[in-house]
Amino acid sequence: MSTKKETQDGAQLNLGAFLTRYSMVIALVVVFILFYFLTGGRLLYAQNMSNLLLQNGYVLVMACGMLLCILTGGNIDLSVGSVICLVGGVAAVLISNQGFNVYLTIIICLLLGLAAGVWQGYWIGYVRIPPFITTLGGMFMFRGFGRLVLNSKTVSVQNAAFLNIFTAYIKIPGLDNDSRILSPLVIGVIVVLFLFYSTISSRAKKAKKGYRQNSALADFGRTILISAVLLFYCYQLTQYKGVSVMLIWVVAICLIYNFITSKTAFGRYFYAVGGNEKATQLSGINTNKVYFIAYANMGLLAGLCGLLCLARVGSVNGSTGTSFEMDAIGSCFIGGASAYGGSGTIPGVIIGALLLGVINMGMSIMGIGDSWQYVVKGGVLLIAVIFDVVSSRKSGTR
Amino acid sequence: MADIILEMKSITKEFPGVKALDDVNLVVERGEIHALIGENGAGKSTLMNVLSGIYPVGSYTGEIYYNGKLCEFKTLKDSEAEGIVIIHQELALIPLLTIGENMFLGNEKKNKYGNIDWDQTYNEAEKHMAQVGLHESAQTLIKDIGTGKQQLVEIAKAFSKNVKLLILDEPTSSLNDEDAKMLLDLLMEFKKDGLTSIIITHKLNEIIYCADKATIIRDGSTIETLVKGVDEFSEDRIIKGMVGRPMDDRYPAREHNVSLEVSLEVKNWTVHHPLYHEKVVDDNISFNVHKGEVVGFSGLQGAGRTELAMSIFGKSYGTDITGELYLNGEKVDLKTPEQAIHHKIAYVTEDRKTNGLILGESIRFNTTLARLDKVCSNGVIDTAAEMKAADDMTAEMGTKTPSIEQKVGNLSGGNQQKALLGKWMFAEPDILILDEPTRGIDVGAKYDICCLINQMVANGKSVIMISSEMPELIGMCDRIYVMNEGELRGELDAKEATQEKIMSYIISADN
Repeated sequence: MSTKKETQDGAQLNLGAFLTRYSMVIALVVVFILFYFLTGGRLLYAQNMSNLLLQNGYVLVMACGMLLCILTGGNIDLSVGSVICLVGGVAAVLISNQGFNVYLTIIICLLLGLAAGVWQGYWIGYVRIPPFITTLGGMFMFRGFGRLVLNSKTVSVQNAAFLNIFTAYIKIPGLDNDSRILSPLVIGVIVVLFLFYSTISSRAKKAKKGYRQNSALADFGRTILISAVLLFYCYQLTQYKGVSVMLIWVVAICLIYNFITSKTAFGRYFYAVGGNEKATQLSGINTNKVYFIAYANMGLLAGLCGLLCLARVGSVNGSTGTSFEMDAIGSCFIGGASAYGGSGTIPGVIIGALLLGVINMGMSIMGIGDSWQYVVKGGVLLIAVIFDVVSSRKSGTR
Repeated sequence: MADIILEMKSITKEFPGVKALDDVNLVVERGEIHALIGENGAGKSTLMNVLSGIYPVGSYTGEIYYNGKLCEFKTLKDSEAEGIVIIHQELALIPLLTIGENMFLGNEKKNKYGNIDWDQTYNEAEKHMAQVGLHESAQTLIKDIGTGKQQLVEIAKAFSKNVKLLILDEPTSSLNDEDAKMLLDLLMEFKKDGLTSIIITHKLNEIIYCADKATIIRDGSTIETLVKGVDEFSEDRIIKGMVGRPMDDRYPAREHNVSLEVSLEVKNWTVHHPLYHEKVVDDNISFNVHKGEVVGFSGLQGAGRTELAMSIFGKSYGTDITGELYLNGEKVDLKTPEQAIHHKIAYVTEDRKTNGLILGESIRFNTTLARLDKVCSNGVIDTAAEMKAADDMTAEMGTKTPSIEQKVGNLSGGNQQKALLGKWMFAEPDILILDEPTRGIDVGAKYDICCLINQMVANGKSVIMISSEMPELIGMCDRIYVMNEGELRGELDAKEATQEKIMSYIISADN
């Protein structure tokens, strides 16, 4: 169910295979159109479009880390929400109460998140305590530490320097002024040009070396489609405040983790461990280290999320981040990560997170309460995983 | 006319690509102990699985008559209802439950409310335990009694199912000599009470000791049935029946160019079981391999060969490993498979699905996994280089696949084996350890793999070949080591090796 992996026999791609491969993209489009009509078009308002990514930014960042954990064998990290509370709390206290330097605080907080991850990664990777239990313990412990730091109060941050690093909107002189914002469109066009360039050059390289090609229609069709969505989104941003720094953070994280999982040797090891740990071990790979890194990295990203959440909300209290981990886990599974590990992609996870985000936003606009949102989210998650399990059983791979 | 309890007529059972049983006939008289013998993979266990309904009616051809009546067992329960009980080699007991609970698992003693009646459970359990001479409390946990007693629990469990025909698959393989003799005596005791037993074993001395008849199975066919007191009933006679297949040139010829240089030498190598630390799996083993040499390891399952190989391959098996390992005369200490791979050792596992391949991933993914660094620069995979590597290895191994992106799980057994070999050839080993390289693959693929071995040694590399198929070892190796029960029992030059000789090395020290 990957969304970006090339098919080797693109020409013979039949409808069934197409539907399976892009099932979640199709689901996202269907859900989007559904809510567009249900909300009387309000879903497409520029403000809502902008907020769709900003509100779910922290989910995307967490989900990138969670995917690595899930790849190792369907393992999850339950402590993420608590680490967000702890890190957010420390940041808020340091900046607002202690008057620490903002940059120093950010570094301290990221290290704190990493330390939480290293602590859990050590037990999971090297002592082989089951991840569920280790992170359940972490979930309680870090929540408790977070409340201790906050002294059970709500602490807010008004420091402009801090907020600017995460939540400001980019203003490029000459392009943006009070009456018009053009920078999103310019950025969008640059990205689109790059997309076309990379598609053409990758096809040329394959042709030169005589490798199998996708059909030109498939390759360019996809590029054109992605470009269209991107430009449309950028246009929406021009109508509402422009590009937020937060968006850049989120996109950067997604790109980095997409690169790690699809292009690097170490990313490959996560898939190998989840596919068959014993065989991976016998291939000379240190599987303990793979687990360790997955959880240490999750801690680091949870730390970053703590800062993002603090900056966006402006304050932190003892229940900040509660059940955030579930959104991340849900995004991964909806996005096609296998509940047994070994398969799943970052693009898939992004689609999963957006699907959840659209459902949330659509229902909120419609004025449907939290309670029903939970019911629908749960249903979507279950359906997605049932689909994954049943379709992989049919194809006989597991 | 003899009183025949069981007659299996022309049983044929096929697995995809393999004919496991081919027109097998078996006749068992009431009240006898009937031994079923043959090499590993000859089809003994398959035959018993057919009998007990594990392979349901319809999945095989042929007929089973039990007490003169045609039987069509669909499940294990159906055969157990008739009093046919099979006790498997790996005991099917749950360690953290009591003897009583295990005995009635799936068959619980219930009171009129549908709850488990514990008094009756333990009372009946102890009654059956007394029958087999096991004097323990039925509330003892299985993990707290030894393997010998666990075996007795299995038999007591069979009695609780009102057994008429008891089938034991290698009952003594995990027992020491004393416990083994006790068990056999017990079977002979039961025989007097009219119980019929079928016993599958490799230990010929046990057959001579207790069996009335011995049916020999070879390559999925029944060869002959020897009757005690009528036919010659000796170990030599049975060995002849077991291995008597004619040798033909199923193995490609090779010039034997063994160098004097020793590439790998192991001295006083001792390995302990990873869970039961006191159990010695390989005991003080010393051997060497020369450049350009194929060295075979023969023995039965559980002889400690796989464990030896894996412990050498970066201590990937066992604990408390002691002994010395020399590569090209230099002493090395390989702590992880990674180090072993970098010292140019490759271990091709016997269990490709569990230990070898990642079935859900492509040939390309699997091929480069052990040496991903070869197609990486700065940790980033060069996809083009990786595809070329996979294409090259697929061509070299002759793997039949529509594309290198094919999931290995979708390949046939022979092609999976070739993909696995490709993975390890990509690692460019100097010492290639092959563990049962031809298991479960067709004749053509076997020949290809043998050619590959010849090519390796022709290039001055060394090959260690572990196989349970003696003709294969004799056909392929320069030297053969024989192992049994964790010990090196002997060393044979392949020229002087015969199956009878190897078998006698294995069995001789059992007494």
